[in-house]
Amino acid sequence: MNLHTLKLKIDGIDVECTEGSTILTAAKAIGINIPTLCYLDGLTPYGGCRLCIVEVSGTSKLFPACATPVASGMEVTTQSPKLYEYRKMVLETLLAERTHICAVCVANDHCELQALANQHGIDHVSYERNWSTNKIDSTHDSLVIDPNRCILCTRCIRVCDELEGVHTLDLKFRGKNADVIMDQDEPWVKACSCTSCRKCAKVCPVGAIYVEGENIETTKIPDVAAFIVERRKRLK
Amino acid sequence: MADKKILISPVTRIEGHAQITIHLNDDDTVKEANFKVTDFRGFEKFTENRPFYEMPSITSRACGICPVSHLLASAKACDQIVGVNPPKTAIKLRRLMHMGQLIQSHALNFFHLSSPDFLMGFDSNPLQRNIFGLIDKEPELAMRGIRLRKFGQDIIEKIAGKKIHSSEWVQPGGAKWPLTQERADYLRANLPEALDAAQKTLDMYKQMLDGLQEEVANFGSFPTYYMGLVTPDDGLEHYDGKLRIIDPTGATVVECVDPAKYQDFIGEAVEPWSYMKFPYFKNVGYPSGAYRVGPLARLNVASHCGTPLADEALKDFKKLGKNGPVQSTFHYHYARLIEVLFCIETSKRLLSDPDIQSENIRSKAFVNNPEGIGVTEAPRGTLIHHYKVDPQGMITWNNMVIATEHNNIAYNMAITQVAKKYVKARELQEGMLNRVEAVIRAFDPCLSCATHALGSVPLDIQLVASNGTLLDRKIRQH
Repeated sequence: MNLHTLKLKIDGIDVECTEGSTILTAAKAIGINIPTLCYLDGLTPYGGCRLCIVEVSGTSKLFPACATPVASGMEVTTQSPKLYEYRKMVLETLLAERTHICAVCVANDHCELQALANQHGIDHVSYERNWSTNKIDSTHDSLVIDPNRCILCTRCIRVCDELEGVHTLDLKFRGKNADVIMDQDEPWVKACSCTSCRKCAKVCPVGAIYVEGENIETTKIPDVAAFIVERRKRLK
Repeated sequence: MADKKILISPVTRIEGHAQITIHLNDDDTVKEANFKVTDFRGFEKFTENRPFYEMPSITSRACGICPVSHLLASAKACDQIVGVNPPKTAIKLRRLMHMGQLIQSHALNFFHLSSPDFLMGFDSNPLQRNIFGLIDKEPELAMRGIRLRKFGQDIIEKIAGKKIHSSEWVQPGGAKWPLTQERADYLRANLPEALDAAQKTLDMYKQMLDGLQEEVANFGSFPTYYMGLVTPDDGLEHYDGKLRIIDPTGATVVECVDPAKYQDFIGEAVEPWSYMKFPYFKNVGYPSGAYRVGPLARLNVASHCGTPLADEALKDFKKLGKNGPVQSTFHYHYARLIEVLFCIETSKRLLSDPDIQSENIRSKAFVNNPEGIGVTEAPRGTLIHHYKVDPQGMITWNNMVIATEHNNIAYNMAITQVAKKYVKARELQEGMLNRVEAVIRAFDPCLSCATHALGSVPLDIQLVASNGTLLDRKIRQH
């Protein structure tokens, strides 16, 4: 199949990219960084966190850059006061939804949510916080999931399904009641499909899934997803 | 005519929130004084259902002054839960880190909080009677104190990565990373200056002591029991060892090889007017079972320090007790300076230990015991962390007995003694208030720890008549 080359503008810069690219990858190719949380190179875009929203001329609607294909003649704005405020709001709602206390979190200083909150000048949360007290599952030999720190980005679910291929992890319920579960909502130790590969902990952007007692720098290697995809292409 | 009451609220230059109430008799003499702690934090409750290995990190947030002591007591409780002995290098590094904690905390109390009283006078202008006044009047001494405190903090930072709340390093079963050559060399290079500072300060204090005899006699000088950890050969101990209680004559009444059995001989009473509990010696009962902990108690329960310079200093110190324990609360300051000397000598010994840079620093295990108790000697005294966990290692019950709490009955005895000596009017005067506060400062209480409560510490003193009439009240910020 021949892919057409499309021409568009991102932040006033002329860009040429192949049909099927997303706004996010097109922007990245010319060095424009759009903030993301649920998106991860190597995994299918999910469009869940809404942090990568961008403006497209001709419509007042905002588009998630990770899941929006480029179109010819598109004029995209990735940074504006309006987008900054919306992204800040997204981050604050994530912080308010569950119990995020950086000082005692295993991912402190290695957390993507914390880093983005800092970049957006968030020093307090405007919304009433839920202070969730969901049950922590530490039944696995080394892996722990603390749902109180989960932002429901589903990176763990996608890496388990798409790269490890076992689909141990999934979501139950919807909205703020949603939670990551193992197999048929069983304690992790009883989830027989789990291979204990630890990819879920490696790609978790926060401190929700971690390896007990391991240095967080050793655990958190989100680039592992893109690395595996690249290696598999070469092996083919 | 009705009795009256004086209230000092908040108390300044201590760590935490407090209030002192002085009750007067009809003839304006002091009847009694109460030390009240007015905040509550609830660490024991909100840690429920958290994984046990998060406890060092969470509970050490009780205090920004002595977080290392909490970290280590908590880590020792966690060691028991996983049921392993940490490798010897991990224990030595934890001990070294604790030496850093004691040096920095004692230097903070002596130089920054207490010495302005002795060096500038109890009746001097309160605007000058602080660390900044000290820098103006005695710049060399103030700098020595600041450098000494820095050395203690450097030890903590070089081992664990951060000066305060370096909680990631301590792990159940040991520690996360070893001490590098470069960091060990840095500490070794700074040892001589710290040792010199500690010796000079101790010499200076001993010379000053003759001029402070009135304070020695009246600042909480009374017989009590004393409690502290000692080594197997009865030496000074801060990290492990057996728990000893001596009576007011110095005779050993409890010698507990397993400090985890603390509940057998320590009871905890509660008074409705304070958030701080009142621990007491069970064999005697409440409130007559008052005991003291901290530097004074540790030197009273130990027969020797185990390092040459501190042992020399201890001999002179023990003479003050005339064949028994040293009873004046004012001598906490003296004991603190001897401990600083001991800690620097011990740091030197640990830093020259061939094991100290070994990379074997952690024994790994899962939950093996449903309960763990960790005991250390924090700068302010015996600190106990006691946890119970479910089979997955989630905390189901948590009891923290804080160093400052043990002294609670003694605080009330001490401020009553000072108030009886110095409060002689229906109005509050500056020097009088400062002496009442100074006796509390001699104990070096940490009320944020003791109530597991938050906040800075101002002073609030009230003078109240027996019919409840407020005669006078002074409120000061830091």
